[in-house]
Amino acid sequence: MSAAITPSRGANYARILSVAGYRPERVVTNDELCERIDSSDEWIRERSGIIERRYAAPDESVADMAVNAAGQALERAGVDPSRVGLVMLATVTHPFPTPSAAADVAHRIGATTAAAIDLSAACAGFCYGIEFGSSVIRSGGAEYVVLVGVEKLSDWIDPDDRGTAFLFADGAGAVVLGPSDEPAIGPVVWGSDGSQLEAITMTQSLIDYKLVGGEIFPALEMQGQQVFRWAVGEMAKKAAEALDAAAVSADDLDAFIPHQANMRITDAMVRALKLPEHVPVARDIAHTGNTSAASIPLAMQAMLDAGEIPHGGTALVIGFGAGLVYAAQVVTLP
Amino acid sequence: MSQEILDGLAVIVNEVAGVPVEDVQSDKSFVDDLDIDSLSMVEVVMAAEDKWGVKIPDSEVKNLTTVGDAVAFIAANQ
Repeated sequence: MSAAITPSRGANYARILSVAGYRPERVVTNDELCERIDSSDEWIRERSGIIERRYAAPDESVADMAVNAAGQALERAGVDPSRVGLVMLATVTHPFPTPSAAADVAHRIGATTAAAIDLSAACAGFCYGIEFGSSVIRSGGAEYVVLVGVEKLSDWIDPDDRGTAFLFADGAGAVVLGPSDEPAIGPVVWGSDGSQLEAITMTQSLIDYKLVGGEIFPALEMQGQQVFRWAVGEMAKKAAEALDAAAVSADDLDAFIPHQANMRITDAMVRALKLPEHVPVARDIAHTGNTSAASIPLAMQAMLDAGEIPHGGTALVIGFGAGLVYAAQVVTLP
Repeated sequence: MSQEILDGLAVIVNEVAGVPVEDVQSDKSFVDDLDIDSLSMVEVVMAAEDKWGVKIPDSEVKNLTTVGDAVAFIAANQ
């Protein structure tokens, strides 16, 4: 006979308590990148909306950036690090398969006994983390969760590839998730499409590079038009599904914060969604570039801090990227 | 039939890229005359697929140089 096991029990609901961002100091202009690629400031702005982006310093790691953003988020939430039960890092650029960056970050922010894990869901990583984090709070696995979207994509760019060199950048955005009396994170609409694995991938595996070598260190490569078609055609539908699942109408939104993939994708999604004109749309990519998992929390932090969107307002977030993978939900803003 | 597709395509091109409807004529090149770049072209193609129930694969899109090419493709594959 099996012994009776006490079931786990957590909070009724979870919410985002705070958001904070870390933007590396060094500003990289389009003109600087055009010293290596056959392009121009005007072309990059037209095709991506990117005016400039930030690169981390050579000795500044994924974990370093995450510690900064997470520390700020804890302070803003007023949560003592000792009460954090789980630290998650959504990242694909921590350069060690093991140990995780999350364990290092947990220790350095003072969450010395928290569970720690890195999530690999590329540009959807932050929204995946919101679902995991809120689920853990509701199951009782943690009272508070620190979720950081963080990337140092500058380490994984081919600076001579005119299709991607101007897109990707570095940064970290963190949230603290905690218990809530009211629903504040809607049902997730998520999934994957591995048939499009090659749409965004690496030029070769690290092992192939070690064994066979190559002209360049493995770098990101992307089929831009394929990704654009998928993002605009399919992701606008998923964003609409997330609204339906939460029973929130587009009219009731205080913010639309899609992954900052490309301004043109954002513009086309807004058209496809028929988003009402009064809803503020995140356009942080202009000065931040595409920071993958970090882009949504960075944009959220920037819009809140600038007073463009209200604390406690309702936002639609959607992350989508390499895999291909995606996740969308409606959330109450911290 | 073709005129109907041309008119519909002109509306789509206008919505996607702000090109005046009357400028969208059969002999016009999407890139050279109408200033439609590759990303806008993808949006035009997707809207056309929805409107006429055709499938226009990425491999075909690069062959659609002029507005007339697109109209002919849609008419033939509708």
